[in-house]
Amino acid sequence: MREGKILLEVKDLKKYFSTPKGMLHAVDGISFSIKEGETLGIVGESGCGKSTTGRVILRLLEATEGEIFFDGKDIRALSKHEMRNMRKEMQIIFQDPFSSLDPRKTVSEIIAEPLKINKMIRNKEERLNRVLELMEIVGLAERLINAYPHELDGGRRQRIGIARALASNPKFIVCDEPVSALDVSIQAQILNLMDELQEKLGLTYIFITHDLSVVNHFADNIAVMYLGKLVEKAPTEELFESPLHPYTQALLSAIPVPNLRNKKERILLRGEIGSPVNPEPICRFANRCPMAKEICRSCEAELREIKPGHFVACHLVEMSEQQKMEVR
Amino acid sequence: MKRQASEISRKYKKKNQFVDVMVRISKNKMAVLGLIIVIIMVLTAIFADVIADYDDVAIKQNMAIRLQKPSAEHWFGTDEMGRDIFARIVHGTRISLYVGAISVGISLLFGGFLGAVAGYYGGKIDNGIMRVLDVFLAIPAMLLATAIVTALGSSMINLLLAVGIASVPGFARVTRASVLTVRDQEFIEAARAIGAKDSTIILTHILPNCLAPLIVQCTLRIGKAIVFTASLSFIGLGIKQPTPEWGAMLSGSREFIRDNPHMVLFPGLAIMLIVLALNVLGDGLRDALDPKLK
Amino acid sequence: MGEKKARRMKTPKVSKNCKPLTAEELREISDKYAVYIKDLHVAFDTQDGCVKAVNGVNMQIEKGKTLGLVGETGAGKTTTGLAMLNLIQSPPGQITAGQIVVNGQDVLHASLKELENFRGKDVSMIFQDPMTSLNPVLTVGDQIAEVISYHENCTAKEAEEKAKEILELVGIPGFRDKDYPHQFSGGMKQRVVIAIALACSPSVLIADEPTTALDVTIQAQVLEMMRELKQKLNTAMIMITHDLGIVAETCDEVSVIYAGRIVEHGTLVDIFEHTRHPYTEGLFNSLPDVTNRTAKLKPIRGLMPDPSNLPEGCAFCPRCNYAMEICKTKKPQKIYDSDTHYVECHLYSCGRQIGDGGEMDA
Repeated sequence: MREGKILLEVKDLKKYFSTPKGMLHAVDGISFSIKEGETLGIVGESGCGKSTTGRVILRLLEATEGEIFFDGKDIRALSKHEMRNMRKEMQIIFQDPFSSLDPRKTVSEIIAEPLKINKMIRNKEERLNRVLELMEIVGLAERLINAYPHELDGGRRQRIGIARALASNPKFIVCDEPVSALDVSIQAQILNLMDELQEKLGLTYIFITHDLSVVNHFADNIAVMYLGKLVEKAPTEELFESPLHPYTQALLSAIPVPNLRNKKERILLRGEIGSPVNPEPICRFANRCPMAKEICRSCEAELREIKPGHFVACHLVEMSEQQKMEVR
Repeated sequence: MKRQASEISRKYKKKNQFVDVMVRISKNKMAVLGLIIVIIMVLTAIFADVIADYDDVAIKQNMAIRLQKPSAEHWFGTDEMGRDIFARIVHGTRISLYVGAISVGISLLFGGFLGAVAGYYGGKIDNGIMRVLDVFLAIPAMLLATAIVTALGSSMINLLLAVGIASVPGFARVTRASVLTVRDQEFIEAARAIGAKDSTIILTHILPNCLAPLIVQCTLRIGKAIVFTASLSFIGLGIKQPTPEWGAMLSGSREFIRDNPHMVLFPGLAIMLIVLALNVLGDGLRDALDPKLK
Repeated sequence: MGEKKARRMKTPKVSKNCKPLTAEELREISDKYAVYIKDLHVAFDTQDGCVKAVNGVNMQIEKGKTLGLVGETGAGKTTTGLAMLNLIQSPPGQITAGQIVVNGQDVLHASLKELENFRGKDVSMIFQDPMTSLNPVLTVGDQIAEVISYHENCTAKEAEEKAKEILELVGIPGFRDKDYPHQFSGGMKQRVVIAIALACSPSVLIADEPTTALDVTIQAQVLEMMRELKQKLNTAMIMITHDLGIVAETCDEVSVIYAGRIVEHGTLVDIFEHTRHPYTEGLFNSLPDVTNRTAKLKPIRGLMPDPSNLPEGCAFCPRCNYAMEICKTKKPQKIYDSDTHYVECHLYSCGRQIGDGGEMDA
């Protein structure tokens, strides 16, 4: 385990949306912490609440309940003004390189905006210098300084997004599916860049994605979400070597492997993902789980530390660990 | 030695968006025609005094040459007071465009502001603003204008106000619709993530992206405003005689239409031409500004 | 479509370079292959110049087999798929050269009526985004029945029944045929799209990134279903994708397309175990290695060339780690590595091969 202080701590975070059909439990009581310089991968499929979690942590959406501690401070208690100040330290990189940039602004205007708004560099010349510096760091040619986003391809636009996120010297960046919309060869370029930046600048990341192979490469720890709940949390190697939750196992086996040799048994899930509206207090994965038992359909499982550092929320895993303990 | 950043910035200049739009419009023949007509009208308005002297030709009555048909001396003929119709049309251009532009400017300012606020904040604010505007929409524009002019008197300013207010709900709606589409785009969220205030976001991010439909709406509304002014003058509420306003000219010619159709023809044609030109230009602008057609 | 309207729509224009095939040739081809494409060229005439989307694509797929067409955005894969149905928007697009025979039909010289009978019955296409492929105001059952009643001689009631059957075939309960698309999830919508495509048991199915928009577990379900159906109906399939993992699971043969040309073609084993083209190698290297998570990714540098301004010589040369002088000026020819495996690369005419010391070898 890496030594270092905890930069972000989230406790029992909840975000509910009120809809005509009922209360939508987008994020339903998740807790985790991240140490400085580390990357936490949040993995799950659509509707699991991972993007919402990222936004709630940055207070782009207000949490319904729960606590968020950034660098020791309770950021939910900050006033609007104080929060705006805090934003310098915590930034976000968006998924869609097309809609996350203002089409009416040039590259330099987009990257300079955080500096202008936070009044970090007042002098125009100095600001331009900083913009050029950032462009160099992310690998954008200086001739693009006055180009418009629609003139550039997805990979370059995403670099602009990264430069913008770095402009205010943040400590922490939420990366919301930053490479999902890019071609495979460009994905690799951007991932390498983000890796370098983390080393050079000591950044802490939350890496939100549905692509487990990407997060395997990138994250120190992984949290798997399903319908708003955390079902498994473990260091990356541990998760890939011995996934304990049935959903994690299915997820891992579902990834098409570009390899003719490692043919594994595929776990096919039945049925569809349940609804996050007014969920019942039972295991939310029970309707699709190939191993579901009576207890799964009658009460929820709590997230428990099954092995050191490895947390799982599953009745069956709990029960089998207990049995193992008893045998000993 | 490190190059100056501003040097680099100047070296790779910003692509001029205005020029870009002009190039795209030039491909649409109708829009170019509309643009040319509008430019001719604007120039006519600016140089009206040079083309035809105001007091002498347009206003001064000369009963000796009244009701003459179009001839080499009087291109459009003369009206019932002996005034040269061509000169009156020329000066009327100035008035029509003036009223059209200013009143639309007023609507744009108020309507745009209200629409942007309603669209951005949504909820009760949106509801409140739009319902108040609905009340204005429910009253026929003519009646509203009549009420304003009657209550406040028929000066130029009041006329501008009357025409302007009639267009506010329309602008507010268009702005609100644009703002609603732009508001949910990710770059707005990005702006909030950087720490921008709401007012900054609306002014620097949302409104510039709503410009296209607003510009188009403006060109269309100017046409409407001109017709509206003409209508008001027609019923005697707008510009008073002897000021040469096209609508007033039409109204004054009603009695003479049978024997002197030229008196009705030319003001009518003028109104029709400017409105058509503006509409066609508006259409062309809409296509040129549409990023999807790039 | 009314007769009048059909007459008003012109037959898709085809360049004079596309010679029609004789009946004899057609029969020969259709005996062996479900899909036969020779030297296809498609270009688009746009404001910014002539965009050369497809530059000489060759393809031969036997009946019942699956070909994976692998490439990135802008390589020309979707355009190739659309050309097979003669669905290229014209203007601005035009098929400037080539021959296409699908299920015995000379696609480029078919009349509009022949094409309408052909599409949906002999060959079907599945598009990428299930959200926009379905008509939101028609029920799911109606949309499937529409295809059936157009191609087969049956009453409306019979079409309805058959639609229900097909829904069951794709794993959706038959009674849901009266539901509208918005009442289904993404995965189920894509199944409906597949149901529409397979309704008339076509001989060829063109699937354009059918699972890209779906979640990974749903993707697994849909791919499994497609595999079963394909076997049952003995349909030949072209799987257009950028995901090499999907290719490994579903395809028999693979064609790698870059800048409108097939740069490498072979069986699964050929491509995965004996990769020859530098671009294909680059694609594999860009993927995170599941076995070695700390290894740095090796992306391909640079970007896809602008199709309106393709370089002279090999299109991949500016990004290639093995580039030689000849690559800049001369386009490489097809070189056969085995009966089933060919590659277009100058390395192999010089006795070299990839992995023999290009710049990036660590």
